[in-house]
Amino acid sequence: MASAHDADDVGIAAGEAKAGDRPVAGPSRGPRLGAPLVEYLLRLGDDRLILGHRLSEWCGHGPILEEDIALSNFALDLIGQAASILRLAGEVEGAGRDEDALAYFRDGVQYRNCLLVEQPRGDFGDTIVRQFLFDAYSVLLWEALLGAPHAGLAAIAAKAIKEDRYHLRHSSEWVVRLGDGTEESHVRVQGSLDRLWRYTGELFEADAIDQGVAGEGIVVDHRALKARWDQLVDEVLDRATLVRPADGPTQRGGRVGRHTEHLGHLLATMQSVARAHPGARW
Amino acid sequence: MRTPVPGGRVNVARAWEVLATVPDPEVPVISVVELGIVREVQVDADGAVEVVITPTYSGCPAMFEIEKDVRTALEAAGATAVSVRTVLSPAWTTDWIPESAREKLRAYGIAPPGPAERGGLVSLVRARPPVPCPWCGSTQTTLQSEFGSTACKAIHVCGSCRQPFDEFKAI
Repeated sequence: MASAHDADDVGIAAGEAKAGDRPVAGPSRGPRLGAPLVEYLLRLGDDRLILGHRLSEWCGHGPILEEDIALSNFALDLIGQAASILRLAGEVEGAGRDEDALAYFRDGVQYRNCLLVEQPRGDFGDTIVRQFLFDAYSVLLWEALLGAPHAGLAAIAAKAIKEDRYHLRHSSEWVVRLGDGTEESHVRVQGSLDRLWRYTGELFEADAIDQGVAGEGIVVDHRALKARWDQLVDEVLDRATLVRPADGPTQRGGRVGRHTEHLGHLLATMQSVARAHPGARW
Repeated sequence: MRTPVPGGRVNVARAWEVLATVPDPEVPVISVVELGIVREVQVDADGAVEVVITPTYSGCPAMFEIEKDVRTALEAAGATAVSVRTVLSPAWTTDWIPESAREKLRAYGIAPPGPAERGGLVSLVRARPPVPCPWCGSTQTTLQSEFGSTACKAIHVCGSCRQPFDEFKAI
């Protein structure tokens, strides 16, 4: 992710140097969280990095050429956004970690993404439904962060929202197309929706980290966000003739490093080259 | 860093002239200045040039290439030192592409971007006006794919001359 010009500070050394005295790099058991703004940025960055990686798995495997390009394009946008956010997280942390160190040299328990984005890509319907649920959340979240008093974060929000808007448009259109498509496509995306729904609650939970960044003026009204998300999602599901699943128990834990089994496998793939050849450059 | 050209000096006006000759790597018919990604140029007392650029899309893979091209061009023009800084704000918009460059895009076979959409949530019922074909000017065109050969382009097909063409997406 980093430019070929800043060859100095990537690698195992950068990732491990402060592991002992920085809570963010945390020991492997139990959630120990770092400074609120760093944690907050890791959540934002990790969501996009992991989802971007999941989408990149479609590269060369899309159901049609146009969709292959579209999903790869989304992946590129999200990984690009993640690079900006993680770079900022590293700067705020001040421990000498850049975006590459954060992406490639943290283990699963140090990742802060929500569980939704780490679920396997599944079939095209699963990928589209997950994308839609996330895009709707992401656009609304960036809207809320546009006016954040933190200049770096506000700049990322202004940039990312432009991209996420066309992601949402595209994923919404596909949800309608598949939901209101053939009998088989309808049944299958309804199944995707039913399976993924339990992971959506986590997107709107506020905790001590949110309270911590509120002290720095970064305030997102999670209830209002959820209400708008409900409205947007209902509108699309209605048009897609899909049934909104009942709200059951929420699967949570990603925000404090407790992940499903799927993240480890993803990281093993994503991080293998960087860890086998630390500091390597193209 | 290259060996500085002895006595080399580039002032701000000259730096902009040089940058106006650096083509966009993906759309070489327009320059990085016309594309709107060069935001600012400064030259300090020692002749060191700082160029501020902004990415088109967050994940645009051409940014590193552009940074390198900017550096190379300015050094070749005699700049003693060149640094390139990337900023995200204000977020890049196709509205910054001037009319003259839009004409170049059209002549190259890429439909230029319309006005960028502002604000508002996504509407599912879109009635986007058809994008005029850059080859024959017909408006009997259909959007084939919102995603094309690069992040910044969509693919359309013209019903009149039957040619596929790229559109530079408004963002």
